[in-house]
Order: sequence, then C-alpha cells, then structure tokens
Amino acid sequence: MSDDTNRPVREIRDVWITPDEAPEWMRHATDEGAQTMRWDESQQRLVEQTGVRVEDDYVLDDEIPEDERMIINMGPQHPSTHGVLRLQIELEGEIVRRVKPIIGYLHTGMEKTGETLTYMQGGTNVTRMDYLSPFFNELVFSLAVEKLLAVEIPPRAQAIRVLMTELNRATSHLVSLATQGMDVGALSMMLYGFRERELILAFFEKTTGLRMNHNYIRPGGVAADLPDGWEDDIEEILQKTPVGLADYEDLLKANPIWEGRTRGVGVISPEECFAYGITGPPLRATGVDLDLRKSQPYSGIDQYEFDVAVGSHGDVYDRYRIRVQEILQSLRIVQQVADQMPSGDYRTDDHKVTPPPRKRIDESMEALIHHFKLFTEGFKVPEGEVYTAVESPRGELGCYLVSDGSAKPYRMHIRAPSFANLQGLPIMMADSLVADSVATIASVDPVMGDVDR
Amino acid sequence: MAEEPTSETEEAAEAAGMRSLPDHPVLAGLLEPFADVEWQPSGDQDTAIVPKDQLRDFARAAREAGFEMLVDVTAVDYLRRRRVRFEVVAGLLSLEHNVRLRLRVPVDEDDSTVPSLVPVYSGANFFERETFDMFGIIFEGHPDLTRILLPDDWAGHPLRKDFATGAVPVQFKSSPQVT
Repeated sequence: MSDDTNRPVREIRDVWITPDEAPEWMRHATDEGAQTMRWDESQQRLVEQTGVRVEDDYVLDDEIPEDERMIINMGPQHPSTHGVLRLQIELEGEIVRRVKPIIGYLHTGMEKTGETLTYMQGGTNVTRMDYLSPFFNELVFSLAVEKLLAVEIPPRAQAIRVLMTELNRATSHLVSLATQGMDVGALSMMLYGFRERELILAFFEKTTGLRMNHNYIRPGGVAADLPDGWEDDIEEILQKTPVGLADYEDLLKANPIWEGRTRGVGVISPEECFAYGITGPPLRATGVDLDLRKSQPYSGIDQYEFDVAVGSHGDVYDRYRIRVQEILQSLRIVQQVADQMPSGDYRTDDHKVTPPPRKRIDESMEALIHHFKLFTEGFKVPEGEVYTAVESPRGELGCYLVSDGSAKPYRMHIRAPSFANLQGLPIMMADSLVADSVATIASVDPVMGDVDR
Repeated sequence: MAEEPTSETEEAAEAAGMRSLPDHPVLAGLLEPFADVEWQPSGDQDTAIVPKDQLRDFARAAREAGFEMLVDVTAVDYLRRRRVRFEVVAGLLSLEHNVRLRLRVPVDEDDSTVPSLVPVYSGANFFERETFDMFGIIFEGHPDLTRILLPDDWAGHPLRKDFATGAVPVQFKSSPQVT
C-alpha cells in the first residue's frame, strides 16, 4: 500500500467507518483532525430535525467481506458529471451504497476577486459563476447593490430584466434537457436542445454583444436598450420554441425507455430537501411550491401571470417534467413582457450610478465629470449589509454584500444553488444502480462554475 | 441606508431598559426567551446577533418556530475594523411564514470556534466546510470539517483580509515537473 494511491480510500473510510472498526492502515488524519460520522448519529440527527424517519445513508446490516465493496472515482473528467464534479462511489456489485461529492476543481476565487473590483466591474465577475444562466448572477448582484444604494429602477429596465432572465431560464433548462437526454441515451435530445437554445442565444448576442457572460444587467438598469426589431425576434422565439418542445414531448414524455430510466429514480423527500437546503426543480419535484418569483418577487415579476410547476414523486422524471413546464411558463412571461413593454429609460438617470448619455458629454461639464469619475473610481455605496435572492433555474441564488462605504464591496458572497443541491446527491443515489447515478446527477443539473465559484 | 433611524417608541423602550422586539409575531416569539440575543432592525432583513454559546439552542428554536431551511452560512472578516474580528453569518428561510432571518455570530480571532449547525440543519455541512476553508473558522461538532474548495495542502485561508494576494506562486498539489 503506497501512501498516495490509497489516500482517497482512506479518506472515505475516515468519514464512513468508525475509527475502532477500521484497521490501522485505513486511518488517515487530515490536517484539521480526523472526524467521523456514524450512521446512527446521522440518522438520529435527521429524525430530530424532520420528525420523520428518512433514509439518509446506507449501511449494510449483515457483514460483507471487504473484497465485495469497491470504491471508484467518477469524474472529475467523466463526461456525464457536467463539468468537473468528482464522486467517490462505494459500490457493492452494481449497487451504489455510498457517495461523497468532491468539488473545488473549478474554484477560481471569485469571491476574493469580487473584493478587488468596483461595483461597476463586479458584474463581469459574477456573470461567470453560473455560466448557463449568467443573467441571474448579474441580476442578483445588481439587486443587492441597488438595495444598498436605494435607487429606483425605471419600469422599462425592470421589464427588460424579466424578459432576459426568463429567456435565460428557458436556455438553461434546454441545456439541462439536452444533456440529461444524452446521459440517459436519448442522443437526439442533445442536438434538439441546443438547436432551440441557439435561437435564443442569437437574440442575446444581438442585444448584449455576447452569447454568454453578458454583463448586461448592471447596477442601475441594463447596459443597452433592446435592439431595433426585437419584437420580431421574440415573436420568432415564441413561435419556434414550443414547436421544438413538442418534439421533445414526442421523444421523451411517454417513451417507455425514458420512463424506465427516470421514474422512481433518484428519489428525495421534501423533508430531506428542507434539511439539506435544496431548492429549485429538485424541491418542486417533491410537491413543495417554493418559487421566489411568487413568494418574494423581484424586478416586478409579480405583475405577470404564470404558474409554478410542481411534481409529486420527487424523482428524476418529475424534475424533467418541471423543467419542460418551466420553459413554457417562462415563454408565457416573455409573451406578456413583450406585449406590455413600457417605454422610457432603460437605466436610472442618476448619473452618480449610470454613465450619462454619450451626447451629453460633449455639451455638459457635469456629465463629463460624472463619466470620468464613474469609469476611474466607480461609485460609492453606503455602508451596510444586504442579502438578495432570485429564483435561478437551479434554485435560490443569493447575494450577500457588505459595503464599507467605498467603491468596492468589502465582502461579496454568492449563495450558489448548485452548491447546496449537490448535498442531496448522496441521498438520491444511495442504493440505486450505477447506471442510474448518471440520470440522477443530470437531474440535479449542477453547474460546476456555480458550485466552485 | 443600512441603519434605519430608530423611531421614538423604540428609543423610549430602550430608555426604560426594555429590549426592542420585531413587529413580526413569529420573530418576536422566537427572540423573546433569548435575553442575550440582540435584534437589529435593518432596512433589508431582520437580523439577530447571537452569542456563540447560544447559537445551537437559538437555531433549534428557530427551526421549531417555522424556519425550515438554512439557506446560507458564510463569514466576514472585519480585520482592524471591529473589536471582534470575524462574524459568521447564517441565513434562515421560513416557507411557512415567508420570512427571512439573518443570524450574525461574532467570533473572536483568538478563539475562532463556533458550534456547528449541522446537528440542527444538515444542510450546513457544505457551507460550514466552505467557511472553514476560506476563513479558518472551526465549527465544533461538524462531522467532516475538511477543506472543500481548495486543495488539502493549501496554506492559509484566502478570504481573510490579511491573506496576501498577487505575486504568490500558485500552489499545485504534487504536480509533475514538466520540462
């Protein structure tokens, strides 16, 4: 047993087996001191917390010889782990007994970077976190800054924000459906999902200049007005996307293979979701209708009509159904926004926060000063702390911001929905087949940029 | 904008030696038995400043009062700005009452330990590991307090304000020498 090759094995033993049970060579003290979690302790904790007996982890009652258990590493380069997620899976034959997610391979210290960027530049940083739904990152950051600044956002800017974020929800869910389809063997889904997404991304590119990482929603409003002829683009999206979705329904909805692979797989209960802070489609699939767009609305999204999709079984199939329905509901909101788009400014006219119009710089000294100050030192934000949350395609995306009164955040923390939802994987995957684990990972839809930040 | 000016009634209550309690009945009921927990009205979100020895009891009471979900745990390093250097910040959400509550726990630099919330909310696991990773705050009673985002052999805790940035060679774990 050489030291390094068995390190992961010993780490997982540390966590799952009590020190007295483990032979000496398995014990591996981490730098911070080895800790153990006993099966009965974790059960007791869950019972205490939820009031019901839930299956948290799995320990065999009867003795299994050591050589019948195998620990394999899935990822970080496995194509179906959606990036660089690594799972240590303890197998007994074909059955997954225990799972430990290991993350951090995409960690780039964005929260630290956020402390060195001004509030104006901050958007470019946060937009790279959850790269499948960048508008939500920008929105939650902007909302936090605006709450500290107490600036009023014009109605047109709010409507544009809702329009872009809801289209973004559709693109994000389309990728989720596409990759989930591919993971489970429906390869055509990969092509179809990206086909419909492309249409919307083309509109994003036209509006913001970029397909991803837009930095379009900024504190004070949005970066630019919608392009000429945007109504026609939206019209095209609204017409073509449901047609594409109907294709998916033909392909998947009543497909016996798809149902066999997803129904009753990766089940989680609402109590477990609460205990582990799981939000978004995995929570709604259990029948809880928590949607921040309804319960704590932002950017005036409460003035549009839409339904919250909920499931009942909490399995992979229900999560898939919820995503399909959410795309349709998002398009319904987009239709309403397009119909009622208010006229007026696309950003606040407080030129301490947003740059003055280009024309004014030529004729007004004050505008020139504002412009210069904004782009050299940024704007100052009053002292205080704030937490804002939006319903991202993956769940509750939050931004905790502490300002010390300067032009840069003192502390910028993003509450990432994928990060919390990953905690549910060991519960969803325990006692299922290895093949099902792929379907389960895809149904949680983790974005590693969001997890690792 | 963060600190709302206290209204006259609150000032009067303070003068009479009484603690100001939130208007929301659920929050008021939760805070009432905890005399040492300070409640701070903020324009943004109700905040309770909890001494760390009462944190677990308070969290347990909060869960019973309807705060089903622990949304977030993080920390802030107020190096040389406050007497007590760290502050652990936790966010609670009640679906039942649609209320959010923020817990702030001051943590001294010399004794940077906090009772873990994992026995109350299992979901605190990853968040506390991240906070430990980034700030070096020890969560007592955590089942697996190891680094989560950074490599195991990383030196220091990067989100501390005194962590040197720039011109530091990137630390890679046992990377092979490429010639």
